[in-house]
Amino acid sequence: MQEMTLNTTELLAIPGLPLLAALLAGLFGWALKDKLSHLITSGAVIISALLSIHVFMQVLDGASFYGDYWTWIISGDFVVPVGMMIDPLTALMMLVVTIVSACVHIYTIGYMHGDPGYSRFFSYISAFTFSMLVLVMGNSFFTLFFGWEAVGLFSYLLIGFWYKRESANYAALKAFIVNRIGDFGFLIGVLAIWFYFGSVDYKTVFDMVPGFVEKGITLDFMNWQISAITFICLALFVGAMGKSGQVPLHVWLPDSMEGPTPISALIHAATMVTAGVFMVARLSPMFEYSEVALAAVVLVGATTAWLCATIGLVQNDIKRVIAYSTCSQLGYMFVACGVSAYSVGIFHLMTHAFFKALLFLAAGSVIHAVMANQDIRKMGQLRKYMPITYITMFIAALALSGVPPFAGFWSKDLIIEATVVREMGWVGDFASFAVLTAVFMTAFYTFRMFFLTFHNSDRVPAEVKSHVHESPKVITIPLMILAVGALAAGAWGVMVLDIANPEVVNGYFGNSLFVLDAHNPLKMIAEEGEHGMFHFLLSMPFWLAIGGISLAYAMYYRETALPAKMVAISPAVHKFLLNKWYWDELYEKIFIQPAQRLGNFFWKSGDLAMIDKGVIHGGIVDSIMSGAARMRAMQTGMVFHYAFAMVIGVFGFLTYLMLNG
Amino acid sequence: MDLNNVMGFPILSLSIFLPTLGALVIWLFVRGDNAVRWAALGVSIATFLVTLPLALQFDTGTAHMQFEELHPWISVFNINYQLGVDGISMPFILLTSLLTVVCIVSAWTCIQTRVKEYMIAFLVLETTLIGVFCALDAILFYFFWEAMLIPMYLIIGIWGGKNRVYATIKFFLYTLAGSVLMLIAILAMYFEAGHTFSLLAFMDYPFDFTWQFWIFIAFFIAFAVKVPMWPVHTWLPDAHTEAPTAGSVILAGILLKMGAYGFLRFSLPMLPDASQYFVPFIVALSLVAIIYISLVAMMQTDMKRLIAYSSIAHMGFVTLGTFMFTQVAVEGAVIGMISHGFVAAALFLCVGVMYDRLHTREIGDYGGVVNVMPVFAAVMMFFCMANVALPGASAFIGEIMVLIGTFEANPVYLGMSTKWVAIAAATSVILSACYTLWMYKRVIMGDLIKDSVKTMQDMNMREFGYFVPLIMLTLWIGFYPLPVLDYLHVSVSHLVDQATTSKLAAAALAQAAPVLDAVHH
Repeated sequence: MQEMTLNTTELLAIPGLPLLAALLAGLFGWALKDKLSHLITSGAVIISALLSIHVFMQVLDGASFYGDYWTWIISGDFVVPVGMMIDPLTALMMLVVTIVSACVHIYTIGYMHGDPGYSRFFSYISAFTFSMLVLVMGNSFFTLFFGWEAVGLFSYLLIGFWYKRESANYAALKAFIVNRIGDFGFLIGVLAIWFYFGSVDYKTVFDMVPGFVEKGITLDFMNWQISAITFICLALFVGAMGKSGQVPLHVWLPDSMEGPTPISALIHAATMVTAGVFMVARLSPMFEYSEVALAAVVLVGATTAWLCATIGLVQNDIKRVIAYSTCSQLGYMFVACGVSAYSVGIFHLMTHAFFKALLFLAAGSVIHAVMANQDIRKMGQLRKYMPITYITMFIAALALSGVPPFAGFWSKDLIIEATVVREMGWVGDFASFAVLTAVFMTAFYTFRMFFLTFHNSDRVPAEVKSHVHESPKVITIPLMILAVGALAAGAWGVMVLDIANPEVVNGYFGNSLFVLDAHNPLKMIAEEGEHGMFHFLLSMPFWLAIGGISLAYAMYYRETALPAKMVAISPAVHKFLLNKWYWDELYEKIFIQPAQRLGNFFWKSGDLAMIDKGVIHGGIVDSIMSGAARMRAMQTGMVFHYAFAMVIGVFGFLTYLMLNG
Repeated sequence: MDLNNVMGFPILSLSIFLPTLGALVIWLFVRGDNAVRWAALGVSIATFLVTLPLALQFDTGTAHMQFEELHPWISVFNINYQLGVDGISMPFILLTSLLTVVCIVSAWTCIQTRVKEYMIAFLVLETTLIGVFCALDAILFYFFWEAMLIPMYLIIGIWGGKNRVYATIKFFLYTLAGSVLMLIAILAMYFEAGHTFSLLAFMDYPFDFTWQFWIFIAFFIAFAVKVPMWPVHTWLPDAHTEAPTAGSVILAGILLKMGAYGFLRFSLPMLPDASQYFVPFIVALSLVAIIYISLVAMMQTDMKRLIAYSSIAHMGFVTLGTFMFTQVAVEGAVIGMISHGFVAAALFLCVGVMYDRLHTREIGDYGGVVNVMPVFAAVMMFFCMANVALPGASAFIGEIMVLIGTFEANPVYLGMSTKWVAIAAATSVILSACYTLWMYKRVIMGDLIKDSVKTMQDMNMREFGYFVPLIMLTLWIGFYPLPVLDYLHVSVSHLVDQATTSKLAAAALAQAAPVLDAVHH
């Protein structure tokens, strides 16, 4: 099976074409004009998508690739090779990235029409696609880090795309800095990997892990010992938390909605934010050996899944509702990875990519129609005007809520089953509680948003109403393509990719993911399946989802006076959720202000008062400055010429000595 | 004396003195500001071309000094005119000759008074800078080291900003104080090592620990001022803010490298035991530079001051890498210095471009510059991201190598694992993003509100032109650092050997030798 090797040129073209197109549109956008810019970039990404499909078909047949192309750094024994590793995990990621990206490119033609930064936007999203492909296709921790930072850069540039908006600029800065906190962890993980394994490519490191774990190497700090593998995994996971918007580093993701909607779909829903999940799955041969790290992944994922769902319940900005839902769903993916159901985590990543990108693009279509308003309180009854957007968003909402047979049902259900069967002590119990209750909340807030947008009473301001219309075909066609994914990706995954089959370890993913036999969750599900209690739990997610939808139906479709009454009952809770648990305020108080105060203190008291005033002024400079009048002579030409004559004279003397010495 | 002069031609002397000869010609024969500008540009380009063969003809297979020249100078004291470069100093010569061209182009229109003197100052400065990197005789080194102060002092003092007098005095006093100690140290070594000023002889001579200890302190002060290291760094922000743009460029690009170069050329190979002994101290100061200074940088309201502090923080990485005595860390430190030569220089040029338009460096006076200067905004974004050490930029290569080297280093005298040092240093990943991008946000992004900003014109071709080579070099080293690393490998490996081989046993033997001789007789 492994003998089949993929075509190198084809593999290089997949990231290469978007890069080339990005450079063309970025550097020569002024000459190319809008139309040529979008043709070049969209064309390149569509070809990439077709090639990725071709590669994926070959990988399904057992083909793979591993090879180095380039050496980045050589210094002593520190060598950083750069190459590609194509296996089932990579191939699926490439498929998701390029297809969603292609849809977003086409959609953007309509959505950004007439924007002054049109070519620039296309250049950025193509370059982003390149970066994301490097991230998933690379074969070492350095290519991963390169892609990781590059997607961060384009995320930053795109959030701040509308640079006139103060809030967008702030959100871009926030996103970059919070991500950098994650990168700090990532970097330390990479340092430790180099230190302990003497290599930075996946294959070498993964092969060494079991032997390394057996040696039981620990890291000492003060009197505290931590196993090296746990240290590495936790450090890398901090990186994943930053990129994937996990509590407590989630604060940037909702703010990133300041960027244009196409990038919210592409970067902040379907691809970049899933890089953390991809990382944990890619590194499953390491995480599997650290129970502590796995528990941390579950804990963080479950907390995020639950906490962000609670915030999503009350938000009024259509994109923010979806953004909190993204955080929450990413939490599910991490829970899946943490309970060793990596294949299920990636499966959810894929289904989520389709229905969440769809949800965002449909939301963009709505925003476009109501003239850049994002407040769902000023919408309602839009189904009459935009049938295609309405239907596609309905599909996406059902998929997100986990209603069968839509895509989200299959993957989310498997995550919950895997979480419930896996024994992880209190962390496991908490996770089971969190993922189950979050199902209810997810269904509720999704349909709350859906009903408020498309049903309920018509609250569209009069001056906007005449403008409301269905979006043009360039916008609706990508919606329809993604709707097919949101409908079918789940069933396709279970049937074609063998995700739920306990007989095949990791299903389609095979050796590209690694699970210790004792952890294999699908096996556990199959074994536990015989007990009655378990069956009841299994049907729970379904009923919870239906319950959530029903409650939303009751509150925002039937009894529309109900929500206000509920707020009146518990205004404090509502305010707490509306203000997102006050995370931003907390960070302002405990990080930003102290850092600024400290900086000012070091500057004013340290540099200026202590060093300059105390030492320099107190002693040396002042005594000389008192005779500063003399210094003014320096500004006259005489002193100047004198100094130069001196210098040149010295050189002349030197030359003389040299020649006659 | 085996001379390793592969050229059969005094190329180093030519590199050193061509700028000054050019300056002399300009002084005597060239009239008219424009003629002076073109002449200075011609001289600087000629010098750059002369230094190119150093890279092309360089033998990466040996740690020996190359392109050596040796002539007796003041024979009474055994002072020689001895030049030579190895893989560590050679790249800096090219960096100097390149940045001088950039400086001259950048000053084309913004310097309108005393153009001739300005250009002469820069050309003379180039001579002294290249001289420092070539000198293999301690007195010659000291001569260039001191001479470099004069043109720099004049550049700030004459073409500088409002507080230039204060800044120049501060700059002069700090560096002079350091230099005096350096001279004393050199003289001490001269007498101890048997009446020679040859750096190579100093490297071979077995100084005992007491000697090393005191000489190290003297050198340390001289070099720490130049790097600059906390707490002798406060002259730099003042010098930078008051210096004209090109002055800042050369100050950040080259002058700051002198200190770390001094550590690499003097402290490590000549005083290995003292260098090891002082590791905890240097590590502490480097971490202060990275963390404390970064926080200070964040709070600056003056752009040049902010970039100056950012330079100090980046130099913290350099000193950290230098004193880890591992191949990766030292090479990383050198790459970091070269990279900083492009990135910090370019950032100062960016500020200069804006300063030429609005004549203010205050962050608060700007905002929304991207609206009127989109090309400039893109260029500045590029260098801000390079300053943040994003992979693909040269700064990343330097920082990651220093961190890798630090993480695995194992210095004898450090009481704690260097892993935690590396982790503390890695916070720069966060802090550099904070100060750099916050500034970028306030200056470049945002809506066009201020009337003064509305009048700003985007860069012209000349301004864009001097950024192009810097962008290309930053990317080149970011993606393909191997050619530069190739220059370094053998020289650094030799240096690491010197720095990790104790001289104490040999010193004890040398001290015992007369006694043993006496016993034998």
